[in-house]
Amino acid sequence: MCEIVAMKLLGCDLGCVRGGRRVFRAISFSIAARNALLLTGPNGAGKSSLLRMIAGLILPAEGNITLEGGDPELSVGEQSHYVGHLDPLKPALTVTENLTFWTRFLNGARHVDETALVERGLEAVGMADLARLPAGYLSAGQRRRLSLARVLAVPRPIWLLDEPNTALDAASQERLRGVMHTHLSGGGLIVAATHGPLGLVEPDELRLGAPSTGRADSSSARDVGVMDVTQ
Amino acid sequence: MTALSAVFVRDARIAVRIGGGAMMGVLFFLTVVTLVPFAIGPDLALLRRIGPAILWLGALLSSLLALDRLFANDHEDGSLDLILMARPPLELVVAAKALAHWVTTGLPLVLASPILGLFLNLEPTAISATVLTLLVGTPALTFIGVVGAALATALRRGGLLLPVLVLPLTVPVLIFGVAATNAAVTGPVPFDTPFTILCALTLMSGVIGPFAAAATLRYSME
Repeated sequence: MCEIVAMKLLGCDLGCVRGGRRVFRAISFSIAARNALLLTGPNGAGKSSLLRMIAGLILPAEGNITLEGGDPELSVGEQSHYVGHLDPLKPALTVTENLTFWTRFLNGARHVDETALVERGLEAVGMADLARLPAGYLSAGQRRRLSLARVLAVPRPIWLLDEPNTALDAASQERLRGVMHTHLSGGGLIVAATHGPLGLVEPDELRLGAPSTGRADSSSARDVGVMDVTQ
Repeated sequence: MTALSAVFVRDARIAVRIGGGAMMGVLFFLTVVTLVPFAIGPDLALLRRIGPAILWLGALLSSLLALDRLFANDHEDGSLDLILMARPPLELVVAAKALAHWVTTGLPLVLASPILGLFLNLEPTAISATVLTLLVGTPALTFIGVVGAALATALRRGGLLLPVLVLPLTVPVLIFGVAATNAAVTGPVPFDTPFTILCALTLMSGVIGPFAAAATLRYSME
């Protein structure tokens, strides 16, 4: 599926400041292909910010993110799937039209048979029978599943998932676990922000500390961007 | 190109579905043009003289109607994040969205203008000149408008901010659009002179608009 030799995603001494407030500092991580990294920590610890930083949507205040063994012509974000809190779906378009758009948009210039990819994606999340329904009628869980179908329809080595279990029922969580395992064993890597276990076998865990209460510019701010990787 | 045509098709589809903005513009155009004779009274000679200006003003206001949702919807549902992350240059994606917006809202205004021209007692020459100038000029309105749409999204203020920002920038387009139409009807300036400047304005805004809008959107993500 993805031709990855020895891919490695590295974050070095990352710091994040949002709205003048220090969210975290001195965060480092290293994830090799076939591995998953879980970001845990209390609300406001910067899990989503770190994911958006890897995706390239926020510039790091300090430090840098590099990808070894990836396509040197592309940025980390261009080789990643980002599933955030929001589901990028248009209520006026049908399930198939929504997924076809993202498949065509994310595939870029490569000539592929989108219909087959879209069908495969919908099949994988168990939504093939809803293909012609406008997305406006979907429930929260179904919307989330359609977002995950996008991830499955377009192969990319890095998956950035922000609480992917939200609104999913037990069967869908089980299905998500299955596709994550397939992705990892195919040589991909996953970074997921989560509050509960995702059911992955031996994931690394990066625990983000409680947010600092001080302002970013004050030197007396408590430094609690703790890094604690446990295997 | 596949990615850009996907954006075009998606935006065009949303606009013509229920809740889209395509037909609203034409209805608003019809309302504005119909109201004018009520305001100035049944003076056919006067209507004929100011008809092209009324059509241009109506088209200008109508083209701004659906514009403030151009990026706001994509921002609210997270689509903009994926568009910013993706490989196609943001400038080209903005241009594709602007083009889809013009085809679904600008072009119907151009097509409706001959009928509305009859309401205003315009001669055939004036009607064809208005249609031609609107066809060339309305893309400029859209491309100037996308900058305002991006700014309204960045500042998280929709609605009234957009016309306030955009309308002053559209003044040159309005001046040369109406001037070209009047030149075709009454002279003494040849039609070509203001019409060529109108074409130049459209080409310029087609280049500057997407770059300015893309820069605004990138800045707004920080």
